Amino acid sequence: MACLLEAPLRISVLSEVTATSRHYVDRLFDPDPQKVLQGVIDMKNAVIGNNKQKANLIVLGAVPRLLYLLQQGSSSSELRAECAVVLGSLAMGTENNIKSLVDCHIIPALLQGLLCPDLIFIEACLRCLRTVFISPVTPVQLLYTDPTVIPHLMSLLSRSQRTQEYITQIFSHCCKTPEHQTVLFNHGAIQNIAPLLISPSYKVRMQALKCFSVLAYENTQVSMTLVNVLVDEELLSQVFVRMMQRDQPIDMQLTAAKCLTYMCRAGAIRTDDSCIVLKTLPCLVRMCSKERLLEERVEGAETLAYLMEPDVELQRIASVTDHLVAMLADYFKYPSSVSAITDIKRLDHDLKHAHELRQAAFKLYASLGSNDEDIRKKITETENMMDRIVSGLSESSVKVRLAAVRCLHSLSRSVQQLRTSFHDHAVWKPLMKLLQNAPDEVLVMASSTLCNLLLEFSPSKEPILESGVIELLCSLTQSDSPALRVNGIWALMNMAFQADQKVKGEIVRALGTEQLFRLLSDPDSNVLMKTLGLLRNLLSTRPHIDQVMSSHGKQIMQAVTLILEGEHSIEVKEQTLCILANIADGNTAKELIMTNDDILQKIKYYMAHSNVKLQLAATFCISNLIWNEEDGSQERQDKLRELGFVDILHKLTQASDPNLCDRSDTATHTSDLSPAFLQILSSIDRQTGTNTCTLIVL
Amino acid sequence: MAELGAGSLLLGDPAFNYQEAELNERLKRLYPAVNEDETPLPRSWSPKDKYSYIGLSQNNLRVHYKGHGKNHKDAASVRATHPIPAACGIYYFEVKIVSKGLDFLSSLLPLSPIPGWDKHSYGYHGDDGHSFCSSGTGQPYGPTFTTGDVIGCCVNLINNTCFYTKNGISLGVAFTDLPPNLYPTVGLQTPGEIVDANFGQQPFVFDIEDYMSEWRAKIHGMIARFPIGERLGEWQAVLQNMVSTYLVHHGYCATATAFARATETLIQEDQTSIKNRQRIQKLVLAGRVGEAIEATQQLYPGLLEHNPNLLFMLKCRQFVEMVNGTDSEVRCFSVRSPKSQDSYPGSPSLSPRHGATNPNLHSAGADSPTCSNGVTPPNKNKSHNKYPGVSSASSSSSSSPSSVNYSESNSTDSTKSQPHSGTSNQEETRCVQTILTTVSALLCEVSKKCQTLVAVCVLVEDSCASRQLCGGNQAATERMIQFGRELQGLNEQLCREYGKNVTHKKMLQDAFSLLAYSDPWNCPVGQQLDPMQRENICSALNSAILESQNLPKQPPLMLALGQATECVQLMARVRSGSCSFARVDNFLH
Repeated sequence: MACLLEAPLRISVLSEVTATSRHYVDRLFDPDPQKVLQGVIDMKNAVIGNNKQKANLIVLGAVPRLLYLLQQGSSSSELRAECAVVLGSLAMGTENNIKSLVDCHIIPALLQGLLCPDLIFIEACLRCLRTVFISPVTPVQLLYTDPTVIPHLMSLLSRSQRTQEYITQIFSHCCKTPEHQTVLFNHGAIQNIAPLLISPSYKVRMQALKCFSVLAYENTQVSMTLVNVLVDEELLSQVFVRMMQRDQPIDMQLTAAKCLTYMCRAGAIRTDDSCIVLKTLPCLVRMCSKERLLEERVEGAETLAYLMEPDVELQRIASVTDHLVAMLADYFKYPSSVSAITDIKRLDHDLKHAHELRQAAFKLYASLGSNDEDIRKKITETENMMDRIVSGLSESSVKVRLAAVRCLHSLSRSVQQLRTSFHDHAVWKPLMKLLQNAPDEVLVMASSTLCNLLLEFSPSKEPILESGVIELLCSLTQSDSPALRVNGIWALMNMAFQADQKVKGEIVRALGTEQLFRLLSDPDSNVLMKTLGLLRNLLSTRPHIDQVMSSHGKQIMQAVTLILEGEHSIEVKEQTLCILANIADGNTAKELIMTNDDILQKIKYYMAHSNVKLQLAATFCISNLIWNEEDGSQERQDKLRELGFVDILHKLTQASDPNLCDRSDTATHTSDLSPAFLQILSSIDRQTGTNTCTLIVL
Repeated sequence: MAELGAGSLLLGDPAFNYQEAELNERLKRLYPAVNEDETPLPRSWSPKDKYSYIGLSQNNLRVHYKGHGKNHKDAASVRATHPIPAACGIYYFEVKIVSKGLDFLSSLLPLSPIPGWDKHSYGYHGDDGHSFCSSGTGQPYGPTFTTGDVIGCCVNLINNTCFYTKNGISLGVAFTDLPPNLYPTVGLQTPGEIVDANFGQQPFVFDIEDYMSEWRAKIHGMIARFPIGERLGEWQAVLQNMVSTYLVHHGYCATATAFARATETLIQEDQTSIKNRQRIQKLVLAGRVGEAIEATQQLYPGLLEHNPNLLFMLKCRQFVEMVNGTDSEVRCFSVRSPKSQDSYPGSPSLSPRHGATNPNLHSAGADSPTCSNGVTPPNKNKSHNKYPGVSSASSSSSSSPSSVNYSESNSTDSTKSQPHSGTSNQEETRCVQTILTTVSALLCEVSKKCQTLVAVCVLVEDSCASRQLCGGNQAATERMIQFGRELQGLNEQLCREYGKNVTHKKMLQDAFSLLAYSDPWNCPVGQQLDPMQRENICSALNSAILESQNLPKQPPLMLALGQATECVQLMARVRSGSCSFARVDNFLH
């Protein structure tokens, strides 16, 4: 039988089984139905609040018998209801009890019982189902296996306040995936549950509200429907706003705020709507206050972080509401020194929530500081903030580490912070440590942050280079995750920007040409862009260009040809043409282009391209080739004239884009124009060209 | 317009009146516990308490700066007309920055040029976002603010803190441990600065009512969860006792017995005593005061003799009930619907029937010049007030001089006992100032003029089927008049024994005034005839009986209620803000 427990446990429990427990079970087998009923009622009274008794009865096999009686059509409705009540009572015990009940297939039996017309019986079944389903050990999928169950539950919503409470509670606990949301939505969950929001029973209102919060979470379809729903001629959003009033129970305020947050994030409510700015946001900030329970503060902070993540205006408002930034600093003070001395129970409670509180605070800080420089400054100026992040990076809890690195990443978008607090607190050290061994999600965040720390103006760049980061980044570029590949190559690109020959050589060596060209054919266009950027940074300043081209010239030219021929975005092609222009700037490297007619034809093609950006990049390349102060410029000019470049340049002088005219002037009348002016012009352009390659990771 | 004078109220402006009404309504809703007679609410800036660099306009709500604005010495401020009353509990006002340059705003006590810089003043400055607490150095507090922003200031008088809002968003606590009696204030320093105040004239940007609701819930929760302490076990007994004593006090004998049985408690007073009191109360409430007096004297001998004031009150009431036709002394004469006259409020026989009465009176006093012009009932009533009853009573001439005659004759007869008549005697008799005097005169003259008066009664009787003086019976009327004399005699006797008593005099005059009107039920003093008026005297008598039996004269429940109400009022006076959310009527339904 499925409900039997493991043997050793069974023996230990059995040793405590008293004769009375056995007596209760025996009475269930009495031939007289009246006596069976009395037996069930007595059992009900015996198990209430008695976990030991519950375990005993389960071990003695009461469950299958009760289920049998419950399913038997010949049982009186009173007996069946009493059986369901006893089962519900057994489910109230430990998690082990629930497991045993589920193993005995209690769920299908009870769901079957819901088809009976007797309301008392239905309510008893629902109560038991509710208790089983809200337990974390019950697989929620069991609710969806039979497709007729959900519509039947919807139809039972009208039966009584109890059915309403239990069913909505089941829904809110069993809606865990987008598929679940869709199933419930398709069966009219919104229309059926919306009227319950104004039910006279607080429990029903609360469970209905919870239902909406899980239904709307990251679900555009549900959220868009919700905004148009009317409850008693009032818009649903207004009902939620009323539920957020400050004299309402905290649980209700918080859940209503969640509903509006999810609707807003799904795009159903604008972020500048007064119900978000003046109601939801302040409500969530209140939930973060010291007066709230630790659980509420965690949920409040997480929801608030989620609400304002994409909107800088909300971030600005939140940053000045009720001293939120300072209020969050309090999240790090658990367990407090006071609680340790005074109250052991409180200490235990604090310890349990300490991690959750910290990660929630980090998340909220990350969200607050993601766009606005002033807010970032405010955050880093909060007491011990940088120290807290640093220690958060090495905490045992992955959740805290992830949140801490997210927060660090958000703050790393500030040039000022990179130059000051980041350097002062040597945040790169724990960050590097974190990169050695961490789950992928942490790695993505940490490597993103590293990209920013490797920016040219960051004082942390030097020590990071010395710590052997190149190998690490190169290994990231081989990761299966596109996000990690992007971050790896991005960091390398930033590192190569205006770097000395030694660093560049090290990058090329560590990455290997094979890997470099593999990245150039990466399916992710972001990876491709950043790899091209890396190439471009490697190919800057004349000696470097010649050196790199002398060793890898052939492969690079091949790769460039391939990309120019391939189906790529304008940005990719532009970046590639810029690389060609850089090559054209080299002394010896020039020849690689001049001798490659195929490439020259391509450049010609792009000079006549409809996209100005591409025209500009191609012209830039030609201008480098015919630079008349260098050796052999005359020969190159002759060759290009032969190929018909001059005609194109003449045409371009009549073009509308002034930038382009300038450039073609340079190319056609080089001897007429002041060489100094031209040099400035080209060097300026080159500068801007390379600058686009170092980006702050956003 | 920027000058001071422009700040005067434009009373003729209907828009303004509308706004005024809206303001009153909003203030009443926000601060229901505030007694504006004691502590008025701020409604505008004070033209008196301001610096000369400050100009006021638009009903003293708009402030503009007209100084040089070169340095801090040129800063100027203005405060509201009144400090914030503690009974507000939570007080809020907003300021809209119409034109940039506003440096600060605050709530402060003395008039200092920059809010926040002087002792006991507090401010939030717009140029740097700092908060200033009684000093020149600020603390970083909130964001800066500029043209178009609405800045609000909320003073929490429960925990003595303050926070500001910007465009409806709370910026968090700025100050704690605030002193009492703060004034809303703004300070300006730059030429061209203009700000508009909103003390409730318009809806606030910040949802202050929501904030208040939180505190209301907090305080109600605090009250509900107040620890009862050691006597926890007795709590139920105390409550039961309170209910029981209340029932006993009011003589709800059967209910009290049932309650005592259910809760297994004892009733201190014995059954017969309760029943006796109940009987007496019933008599009073039924308007049968004479019987009530009799019963009291019989059941509690000596009680009324020891309480001459109470006796006098009862007798006065008895007189009123005689007019009403309900007292047994007149009822015994009455042949008309005695049952209906017995009835307590709401009985149809007692309902006023103005429409039926007045036209008939017209015909009765047809030659009365005032009657003819009256078209609407209120007017008629007024005209009757001027020439009360007496004019109709006089059979010969119905003009006012006739009443003067009575007045004169009265003064000759009753100068000793009626100080008022003496007064009126000294005055020109042409105009009768006090109706009361006339009526006393009427009473004194009644034996001579009895015939006339009866004529009135008859007239009334004919005209009005539902209500008649003394039930419309002539013998009853005579008895009433006789009783009135006795009553006056009693008053004189009391005056001799205990000295003059203003309350008695007023009571007597009010009672006698009833006779001055042709329709006593529908006259300025007619309220006395309302059966509701019996309740006071009834409870006074009940209390006196209980006191004589060494029982509490007030039930503990009412005592507790009174004490709680008094406490809350006291809280407002000692500036404990929570009183505004601990109102006793919030708990009574």
